[in-house]
Amino acid sequence: MRTLSVSVITQTVKTLFMEANVDIGSSMLSALQRHVVSEASPLGKSVLAQIIENDQVAKEKHRPICQDTGMSVVFVKLGQDVHLVDGDLNDAIHEGVRQAYRDGYLRKSVISDPLYARLNTKDNTPAVIHLELVSGDRVELEVMPKGFGSENMSALKLFAPSVGVDGVKRFILDTIQKAGPNACPPMIVGVGIGGTFEMAALLAKKAVLRSTDHPTSDPKYTELEKELLVEANALGLGPAGLGGTTTALAINIETYPTHIASIPVAVNISCHASRHAKAIV
Amino acid sequence: MNAKNITLPLTDEVISTLHAGDLVHLNGVLYTARDAAHARLFEALNRKEPLPVDFKGHTVYYVGPTPAQPGQVVGSAGPTSSYRMDPFTPALLDYGLKGIIGKGDRSSAVIEALVRNHAVYFTAIGGLGALISESIIASDVIAYADLGTEAIHRFTVNDFPAIVTIDCFGNNLYTSQQALYRKDSHD
Repeated sequence: MRTLSVSVITQTVKTLFMEANVDIGSSMLSALQRHVVSEASPLGKSVLAQIIENDQVAKEKHRPICQDTGMSVVFVKLGQDVHLVDGDLNDAIHEGVRQAYRDGYLRKSVISDPLYARLNTKDNTPAVIHLELVSGDRVELEVMPKGFGSENMSALKLFAPSVGVDGVKRFILDTIQKAGPNACPPMIVGVGIGGTFEMAALLAKKAVLRSTDHPTSDPKYTELEKELLVEANALGLGPAGLGGTTTALAINIETYPTHIASIPVAVNISCHASRHAKAIV
Repeated sequence: MNAKNITLPLTDEVISTLHAGDLVHLNGVLYTARDAAHARLFEALNRKEPLPVDFKGHTVYYVGPTPAQPGQVVGSAGPTSSYRMDPFTPALLDYGLKGIIGKGDRSSAVIEALVRNHAVYFTAIGGLGALISESIIASDVIAYADLGTEAIHRFTVNDFPAIVTIDCFGNNLYTSQQALYRKDSHD
């Protein structure tokens, strides 16, 4: 059993959110750079070049890439041989968010009541926390400041099995089409297929975290990801939705077994400012 | 692709020269307002109360900036999605608003109101918050301060980069450009 102070969790969450909001990461940058070359629309090329310039300015000057510094999503993989001390894990994560959004000059976008008062909590808490117990004596923390221009364009549907692969593909492509310029393309599209209602949504969010350079391990789904990417880029939306051949940089699929009666499908969309950062403590 | 230099506030003559697809650099004064401020403005209009800012002839930018870092005028300040303002926009255009900067599609009611009022919809590129903030040279909160990032700010801008996306004739750049690159093999 390893003893770990939750103050380490707070500090790590803080550092990760401050870093993720100013540094898009090398895999997104190189994907954008590849598409500046391949993009067919002159305006689209110019948009992609400006996105790259923005990402570089943000990193050099420590400025948020986007003013929507998101709702704070935190994935925790907690080793079952870790004994956390000095406080509550959830409180420690919220405190890390609070400090990051204060000290990092990040926008506070969270409101306390979703329907009635809608008053800003002024510190971007609470975070959305997904906790998974795993083997080992380490804690993996992965943070995602999730912007809502693209989050609002996400969709979930539970299909009858008869809709098959074509029906599922049509739903994914329709969701991308409807998202259009609102989702700030080029997008990263996370797709969750299987499980239950809530599991499909969680799979889709985890798929977004795979970013541009980690294909799924199942060759059938790798093929489906490739087909969908070609078809998404044939929709014509292009960078910023101003027309072009670069609508999505990646379509990532995560799957799980499901019930005999259903094909649950969730599509979680991320904008080109697809931000996340990970650390193991 | 050279950008046209445009002075704010806009005049009817200038608006007539702007066509969907024109790249522009905006210079002058504009006001910010997004979801919560729009809800309040709309309520004030419905009650026939005076607005905290007289928007007649002015341009509104849909943005909620990050806090300014030490030495900065304003933090990152790119556009937010416009469709959420659609229920409120025709009333503001009928009141006298002449220009809007946001991102994304507008409802047919908004497009009709733009044409009816000889007004223009610009877009800025979403997700360029760090870059766009460099074109904002002054920022003051002038109404609804309790809304924080959603308060109405007055920005003075210098070469603010935008694209004429729906012009006063109703031409829509999204529709025309996307059609050029759409391959309809699956429809």
